[in-house]
Amino acid sequence: MAVNYNAKEEADGHPSGVGAPGGAGKSRKPDNTAFKQQRLPAWQPILTAGTVLPAFFIIGLIFIPIGIGIFVTSNNIREYEIDYTGTDSSSPCNKCLNVSWNSTPPCTCTINFTLDQPFETNVFMYYGLSNFYQNHRRYVKSRDDSQLNGDNSSLLHPSKECEPYSTSENKPIAPCGAIANSMFNDTLELFRIDNETRIPITLNKKGIAWWTDKNVKFRNPSGNTNNLTALFQGTTKPVNWPKPVYMLDSEADNNGFINEDFIVWMRTAALPTFRKLYRLIERKNNLQPTLQAGKYSLDITYNYPVHSFDGRKRMILSTISWMGGKNPFLGIAYITVGSICFFLGVVLLVIHHKYGNRNTSADIPN
Amino acid sequence: MLRWSINRFCAGEEKRVGTRTVFVGHRPVSETDAYVEQKFCDNRIVSSKYTVWNFLPKNLFEQFRRIANFYFLIIFLVQVIVDTPTSPITSGLPLFFVIIVTAIKQGYEDWLRHRADKEVNKSSVFIVENAKQVKKHSEKIKVGDIVEVKADETFPCDLIFLASSNDDGICYVTTASLDGESNFKTHYAVRDTTGLRTDDDIDSLTATIECEQPQPDLYKFVGRINIYRRNQEPVARSLGPENLLLKGSTLKNTKKIYGVAVYTGMETKMALNYQGKSQKRSAVEKSINAFLIVYLCILVSKATVCTTLKYIWQSNPFNDEPWYNQKTIKERDMFKILRMFTDFLSFMVLFNFIIPVSMYVTVEMQKFLGSFFIAWDKEMYDEEIKEGALVNTSDLNEELGQVEYVFTDKTGTLTENSMKFIECCIDGHKYKDGISEVDGFSHTDGPLKYYGKAEKCREELFLRALCLCHTVQIQEGDNVDGLRVNQECRTYIASSPDEIALVKGAKKYGFTFLGHEADYMKVQNQKNEIEKYQLLHVLNFDPVRRRMSVIVKTSTGKFLLFCKGADSSMFPRVQQDEIQQTKVHVERNAMDGYRTLCVAFKELTQEDYKKINDQLSEAKMALQDREEKMARIFDDIETDMHLIGATAVEDRLQEHAAETIEALQTAGMKVWVLTGDKMETAKSTCYASRLFQTNTELLELTTKTMGDSDRKEDRLHELLLEYHKKLLPDFPKNSGKLKRSWTVSQEYGLIIDGSTLSLILNPSQDSSSSNYKSIFLQICLKCTAVLCCRMAPLQKAQIVRMVKNTKGNPITLSIGDGANDVSMILEAHVGIGIKGKEGRQAARNSDYAVPKFMHLRKLLLAHGHLYYVRIAHLVQYFFYKNLCFILPQFLYQFFCGFSQQPLYDAAYLTMYNICFTSLPILAYSLLEQHINIETLTSDPRLYMKISDNAMLQWKPFLYWTFLGAFEGLVFFFGVYFLFQNSSLEDNGKVFGNWTFGTIVFTVLVFTVTLKLALDTRFWTWMNHFVIWGSLAFYVFFSFFWGGIIWPFLKQQRMYFVFAHMVTSVSTWLAIVLLIFISLFPEILLVVFKNAKRKNHQVRNERIYHNTSLVWKRRFRSSKHLTNFEVAMHHLHLGRGCLPLIVSFLHVPKKVKKC
Repeated sequence: MAVNYNAKEEADGHPSGVGAPGGAGKSRKPDNTAFKQQRLPAWQPILTAGTVLPAFFIIGLIFIPIGIGIFVTSNNIREYEIDYTGTDSSSPCNKCLNVSWNSTPPCTCTINFTLDQPFETNVFMYYGLSNFYQNHRRYVKSRDDSQLNGDNSSLLHPSKECEPYSTSENKPIAPCGAIANSMFNDTLELFRIDNETRIPITLNKKGIAWWTDKNVKFRNPSGNTNNLTALFQGTTKPVNWPKPVYMLDSEADNNGFINEDFIVWMRTAALPTFRKLYRLIERKNNLQPTLQAGKYSLDITYNYPVHSFDGRKRMILSTISWMGGKNPFLGIAYITVGSICFFLGVVLLVIHHKYGNRNTSADIPN
Repeated sequence: MLRWSINRFCAGEEKRVGTRTVFVGHRPVSETDAYVEQKFCDNRIVSSKYTVWNFLPKNLFEQFRRIANFYFLIIFLVQVIVDTPTSPITSGLPLFFVIIVTAIKQGYEDWLRHRADKEVNKSSVFIVENAKQVKKHSEKIKVGDIVEVKADETFPCDLIFLASSNDDGICYVTTASLDGESNFKTHYAVRDTTGLRTDDDIDSLTATIECEQPQPDLYKFVGRINIYRRNQEPVARSLGPENLLLKGSTLKNTKKIYGVAVYTGMETKMALNYQGKSQKRSAVEKSINAFLIVYLCILVSKATVCTTLKYIWQSNPFNDEPWYNQKTIKERDMFKILRMFTDFLSFMVLFNFIIPVSMYVTVEMQKFLGSFFIAWDKEMYDEEIKEGALVNTSDLNEELGQVEYVFTDKTGTLTENSMKFIECCIDGHKYKDGISEVDGFSHTDGPLKYYGKAEKCREELFLRALCLCHTVQIQEGDNVDGLRVNQECRTYIASSPDEIALVKGAKKYGFTFLGHEADYMKVQNQKNEIEKYQLLHVLNFDPVRRRMSVIVKTSTGKFLLFCKGADSSMFPRVQQDEIQQTKVHVERNAMDGYRTLCVAFKELTQEDYKKINDQLSEAKMALQDREEKMARIFDDIETDMHLIGATAVEDRLQEHAAETIEALQTAGMKVWVLTGDKMETAKSTCYASRLFQTNTELLELTTKTMGDSDRKEDRLHELLLEYHKKLLPDFPKNSGKLKRSWTVSQEYGLIIDGSTLSLILNPSQDSSSSNYKSIFLQICLKCTAVLCCRMAPLQKAQIVRMVKNTKGNPITLSIGDGANDVSMILEAHVGIGIKGKEGRQAARNSDYAVPKFMHLRKLLLAHGHLYYVRIAHLVQYFFYKNLCFILPQFLYQFFCGFSQQPLYDAAYLTMYNICFTSLPILAYSLLEQHINIETLTSDPRLYMKISDNAMLQWKPFLYWTFLGAFEGLVFFFGVYFLFQNSSLEDNGKVFGNWTFGTIVFTVLVFTVTLKLALDTRFWTWMNHFVIWGSLAFYVFFSFFWGGIIWPFLKQQRMYFVFAHMVTSVSTWLAIVLLIFISLFPEILLVVFKNAKRKNHQVRNERIYHNTSLVWKRRFRSSKHLTNFEVAMHHLHLGRGCLPLIVSFLHVPKKVKKC
């Protein structure tokens, strides 16, 4: 393929050549400005062993402690994960493996587990899904952000992007789209077993979504009534949902489109294996850890079918540090890079000493 | 297009043959013939391409003819039609931007042209109609109109000169704006119409003009005028270029003239000349196209791989359509083949950014803006002619850094072309002026040093010949811009400086040319008497004949022919017994590097003259093949002459010519001198300019070595084989690598002349020697320097073409100053014109024009080198940055079920190339000086580093590609591992796919910009501003883009994504780490490279140390070098020292190879 790009074409047919800067200023001496003479004052750094060596040492010296810091922090994070899909026949949830969306009564199962170490700080409860392609293009775009933003016309006329989840029974679906339709609807409850008694642990369901999402991006339809049911008049619930959107929660500020579970779900995950924040367990007082070591049981209302696409469901309990959840990658990477830097610094120093310093005086520009 | 249609409408190519008949004043020649209105095009000049109405469609059409633009248009259309991952805006907007920028540029240029056209077309002219002057717009002139032009006006169209205010029917014209020759040219009216000096008179003229259809050649015109008088047979007179007044030239020193329009508007010679200059493409552009193909292949294979994998992956039904992500009915009903095809297209669209759309705009802008630096360079400004360098095309800037062969003209290029009369010889007696120049002017008959004396009458005859045999004119007063020599208020004007030198030389010996008076030439002789000669004919100079003659009638009624010309063309035409004594002088003078001319005369009898006169008039009347006929007659006339003597004129070497040639050779270029001059002169110039050095072994292929004419071909064959043998064993067989590294100690120079060359290039049919050419070429390529003398203009071009087409297609550069160099300037890859004294034709046809040969040094070594490095880096960088832009997106497909989900937001996809990363590279490509200009100019060896398109070979391309691929992998997998746990904030909230993409993109933008920062060696404030500014703009834009719920967007996916990202410490740490990892190999490599270079320098240093202190200094610092060169220059001034210097100079060449 010949790319026929021709700047010249314009200049053709024109005698003096428009592209010819000299043509205009004939018989005029060029200005003696630094710019025109290409003599602008300039910094001319050259990367030599001399300049880079200290940099390597410094970078090494900075990176290694950072890496160690991150690594230690990450290691100090308590994390406990339970796969409750129930593919294993011994699992208590095995019976629920083939549930469908609208099985009534819902299948429930209980998984007991033991925490060996206490979770000292606030604990974050996540649910995790595997092999679930939330980042599939057809899925990602299947939403109507103006509907979710409370736009009344979009509420009744969902965007085309929501197809095939935009109408059901000739009524517009609110919220429309595949994402909303497939919202995670298992219920997880946590109990501490203390001497055979199950003490429920308070799971906080607010504060799990981005503040801006909850307050700006997601809004219930506007209207002069506080009655959500009326505001959603004329719409129907997503096909897979047992209840309409205005019955997601009993609290008014967590109902409808601004339900935080819903908002969290609507932020599509980057990878097919992902976790989403489910509940917060706040530390009650400073004397006791949030979750002390001991026996716990997890009650699951198993509604969400993942077996059909070979998916997995997990419940994760995790504490959080300043750098987020447990992730050994950053720490290891920093330590590795820092060490390589340092090592190379040493090697280069040796080379430099052996060959370089005899002629440092003979520095020649380039 | 438009012009094409106009041409077709008026007179297309097919109509250029044949003749046209013009009725002067639109009057029918006789009452019986009805006057038929003829269709010629009007006098409107249209140099513009567009009108208001057709601008949009036509400009768009032209732009989309470029394949790159068309490609993006297709992508855009695919996006509009097919359901693709990115919205049409993402590729539509950059395309729109590119198209708009180009359209604005072209529109502006066209507007300028419109304005210029309008100025020309609306200027008022006076047309004589019915014996009255009518004022009209220039565009209203029709063929056949009689136009009146006053002094200092330009002619509105091509006119046949009918009458002037002068009695003699002469007018003076300057064609400065046409070909730059500012001397006055005399034009003559046909004798029969010179008397028509008023409007009434001119209106009474009834005539027709037959002339050829418009031809672009400015110097050719053939026509005939038939003048009808009442009750008389029509008189026919021939018309030649001397009767034609060209549009664009200016009337001078004549009050007014009448002329009849023959060619108008787009058919004028000027308009025809401004069309279709051949378009040169640079090697860089070819490399770009090659890379583009590679990237297209990558693109297609990526799309194919993804499509294939997608269908493999989807063969599992729960992957294809899990319950949570069902297809629409339409999607389900689609045929599988069609679906696969759409998927393929979608992937193409998704990855299409790998072909950098903005590269073309950036390259174009870089070339356009970059070329300003050449014109701005004050080191290339010449005080004498008050002009700097001129850039005619900005397409070839980088080619200046790639030159391998330099073909240079000698006269006016290597030499100054300001002639000084040195000596003459008359009948073998040498006349040399011992007095200093200033005295020589003031004395007409001062004491002259004669080395023996010729007979008085011969001497006078010789000097008269010098005074008469020329085309010099005298200009009184001083309002002339041309080439002039002012003395006693008298200015000599001539097209060739030789002639002025000769006339001035004659004056020195007492014969002064006083000028023309009607047909007479006045000469003041040594006794201060005025002699008058009637000038009968001038047999003009032409490069083929290489001589000129005049025929004059003395006051005593004798007819004399004086002829002067090159010795080779004169000697066969004079009495053989007279040659010998003059020949010695001529050859010695030539050895000294002087230009020699031989002067001969011949007395004509009345009958001879009559015959000649008839022949000449007949030939001048001829409509067809006039030139050939004239040439034949000239040939007949200029025979059996008597040689009187010869002149020697010095043409000094231009300042620093030798240093420049030496620098060019050190830079690895081979310099060939192509001259029309004779061998000895050229050879001595070559020695003086250090092209040949004393230890250069010269191989000669000239008429001299060829011997007599019978065995020429056999002898040639022998010589060729002998030289071939001599040269080849010295070189190992791997001749491909020899181009730049002639490591042999013996250097060879080749001398060839025109006749031998034509023998080689056009061997006679029967000879079995068709492979002469290849043997000759092999010999040529192995010589360090080649001198071609006695070259006709076309042969120069032939040589250039021959070298250009050899294996490896070396880049050639031609430099010359005269019209005879135009062919080679046009032929070479880069044509350079010297704004010399032989008019502006070379400069006008060149790609670049400089005032002096020495400016070539800076033009090539500094500007060329920098432009090449800049553009090469620009191209590589563009491919690189787009590869690491798109690679993560490709990798992401493996994690999103090959669903064409874009990794980056549409805004980022769109703005990446046009906003975030475009300006730093543009600034880099305009300002970068990886090596200082001073160092570049003073150390020519640096030029070799970039030879053979070094930075755009496959190796560096692969390096950049791997770098891009590596960085793309780092970006993607770095963030991938980071996202193994997507809760990266200290409040446990999780990030989604858009944050993933934004982190990758942030790392990408920073890495790519910092990579450029690493490569930048020359940080001006602009680089700082643009690099840090771009990064700041990216951050600012991201905040802004995510800070608002955009009302017109369907999706608010970027809402506060960036802001959330920067609140996470982990993200910060990851970004810093990934940027560092990406740049790390690059830093290491640079350090190692620098260390290696330093080691290398240490080694060199030791060698220099061993060689000599002088050479060490010479190579270590540019400052010393210049000092040293100054010293050498002083040495050089004494000619005797030349061999010493030459041998001296040779030392470093061996050194540098170590």
